[in-house]
Amino acid sequence: MKQNNNFTLLQKAVLFILRILIGWHLLYEGISKLLIPNWSSASFLSESKWILSGFSKWIVAHTEILHGVDFLNMWGLVAIGLGLIVGLFTRAAAISGAILLMVYYLNNPPLIGLEYTLPSDGSCLIVSKTLIEAVTLFMLAIFPSGYYAGLDRIIFGPSRSNHF
Amino acid sequence: MEEKESQKPSSKGSMEIKTQASQKRRTLLKSLFGFPVLGVFAYESFKKWEFDLHKKSNVIESLGLENLNAPVPVKVIPAKPGDLLRIGIIGFGTRGNQLANGLGFMHPSDVEKLEKNNTLRGWLDQEYLNVALAGICDVFDLHAEEGLATAQNEIRPGRSQGIKIPVKRYLRYQEMLADKDIDAVIIATPDHHHARMTIDAIKAGKHVYCEKSIALKEEELNEVYHTVRNSNKVFQLGHQITQNVVFQKAKEIIKKDILGKITLVETTSNRNSASGAWIRHLDANGNLKPGDEKSIDWLQWLGPCPYVPFSVDRFYSWTKWFDYDTGMIGQLFTHEFDAVNQLLRIGIPKSVVSSGGIYYWKDNRDIPDTLHCVFEYPDKDLTLTFSGSLANSRERGRVFMGHDASMELGESLSIKADYDSTRYKQKIEDGTIDTSVPMISVRPGSGNIDAITSATAKYYASRGLTTTNINGKSVDVTHLHLKEWIDCIRYGGVPSANIERAFEEGVACLMAHKSYIEKRRVEWDPVNRKIV
Repeated sequence: MKQNNNFTLLQKAVLFILRILIGWHLLYEGISKLLIPNWSSASFLSESKWILSGFSKWIVAHTEILHGVDFLNMWGLVAIGLGLIVGLFTRAAAISGAILLMVYYLNNPPLIGLEYTLPSDGSCLIVSKTLIEAVTLFMLAIFPSGYYAGLDRIIFGPSRSNHF
Repeated sequence: MEEKESQKPSSKGSMEIKTQASQKRRTLLKSLFGFPVLGVFAYESFKKWEFDLHKKSNVIESLGLENLNAPVPVKVIPAKPGDLLRIGIIGFGTRGNQLANGLGFMHPSDVEKLEKNNTLRGWLDQEYLNVALAGICDVFDLHAEEGLATAQNEIRPGRSQGIKIPVKRYLRYQEMLADKDIDAVIIATPDHHHARMTIDAIKAGKHVYCEKSIALKEEELNEVYHTVRNSNKVFQLGHQITQNVVFQKAKEIIKKDILGKITLVETTSNRNSASGAWIRHLDANGNLKPGDEKSIDWLQWLGPCPYVPFSVDRFYSWTKWFDYDTGMIGQLFTHEFDAVNQLLRIGIPKSVVSSGGIYYWKDNRDIPDTLHCVFEYPDKDLTLTFSGSLANSRERGRVFMGHDASMELGESLSIKADYDSTRYKQKIEDGTIDTSVPMISVRPGSGNIDAITSATAKYYASRGLTTTNINGKSVDVTHLHLKEWIDCIRYGGVPSANIERAFEEGVACLMAHKSYIEKRRVEWDPVNRKIV
């Protein structure tokens, strides 16, 4: 990656804010699921259309696997959210978050002809907010602000942030 | 940039130390940038949680429903070995097959199907009832053979405890009833045999589980009623809805008077397929299903009904003719009536008016495909309606309407407060209760009530999405209904769909049928206990 030591304070601040906001969103998504008794991804997964639908339906059909997926999803969201907010293992958190969001997206992409009964967020065609959030997280993985504003700075030292 | 700074040659020692210390501080500060945010997050999440909890408990508490989330007590009475109950099934068609599954017996080809769908496990986990399928009686050789193969299949719940009992085929049901090796019978024949068989079985000293409808004629209904009442045998009518967990919660809600005074109950049936309209004599390729006069004892099948030449159509699609049942009233409304009667104990109506016609399925049928029945209960200040269509499947639900709220009860349950409710006026005004979303809903999966529902819960409530097989164990309601009957046989007690309920239902259905046939309002004479 091309080194760039000339990020302005404003650029860094915007990256930091973006990281915090997405972290907040994912953390609350995780927490709110933990607070719902017997929360399950079954309704979401059984609605799955497009390329992941077979796999998702297979998960729903296997109770133990479904429980595993639910557990990983809830705690994964919490871990990713926390990581992004405090800037700990920022790059890993951002990449895992991006992958998780891509999985959500691929389960219900707003493609022409695919219709969902679960309420959707706004009017979307191909591009949804989930997709945008996933790509934004990829961007945050490439510009990991955790090394100048986060616990990663203490753990890995500022030297890792040499490209900033 | 730190490195750059530290590489700067420093002129003064003290300055250098100062710079290093401040750098460290800055490093630490910068590394902790996220924590204030986390603090705000924790505070806000807690506030939100408290807000939701307060709102929810406010509704739940004020309705006195705190205990509704308590697990439904499941009567687990382990069957003692040696307590084996020997059951015979009369009529081994589709329903007979399902009932055998509920008892813990399955045909090898169905086992294979479940195995392919990965659902066999759930069935094998079904509670072992300590029963033997000891007898099969069917007028059709093919069905009887399927029954025998089902009874003999070793793959079944609690196999290790299973004692091998030889299964017998009986050509006539009277032979089964005369056999000392049968303790109880399940009747799953076409409806025109139900009453006679129940009477004969009770007289022969057998316990009876009979599919609805109980009787097609008033005299028969009275005879069944008196025969069962004057015996010590256990009778259960085949209605499984009461066994649903959601239904148990509905009972609690009715008991707590959440809906206010209920004056109207709307029930519906909504179907729109050939099979749903009881055209069942053709297979998937449009060919006639198997069966001829050689393999079917046609005269026995007809029983007391007027003679007609053998017809595959009549044999499979018998519901279409009034000789063999009462159409939508007997096949579909019976379940609706049972649901309402179990909740509200409405009993026999004062009067019934039915009307309808054959507007879509213009084949050789007698039964209407569009039917409306209105049942009046003036002494209970209640009207019960049934609206059935075989030509449109829009889900119209089953709704209990009270002055303060309405309850839609299906696979899931949802209660909406009424905008003009007296009881909830205050709460509607202060915003605690929103009349546009369910105030209470019960999802079939968790069985937990959820006040002030989330979007997902709303979705569940409106769609009745079945999650019963996801959270916890999925249990077949027919199995539970059979188990209730078997438990009563073994340990005493009265099953939910007992002869009193069956009689009330039988009268209501015969009144509705009579009204349709005679095109007039039909009344119940409570003194002479007669339909007039």
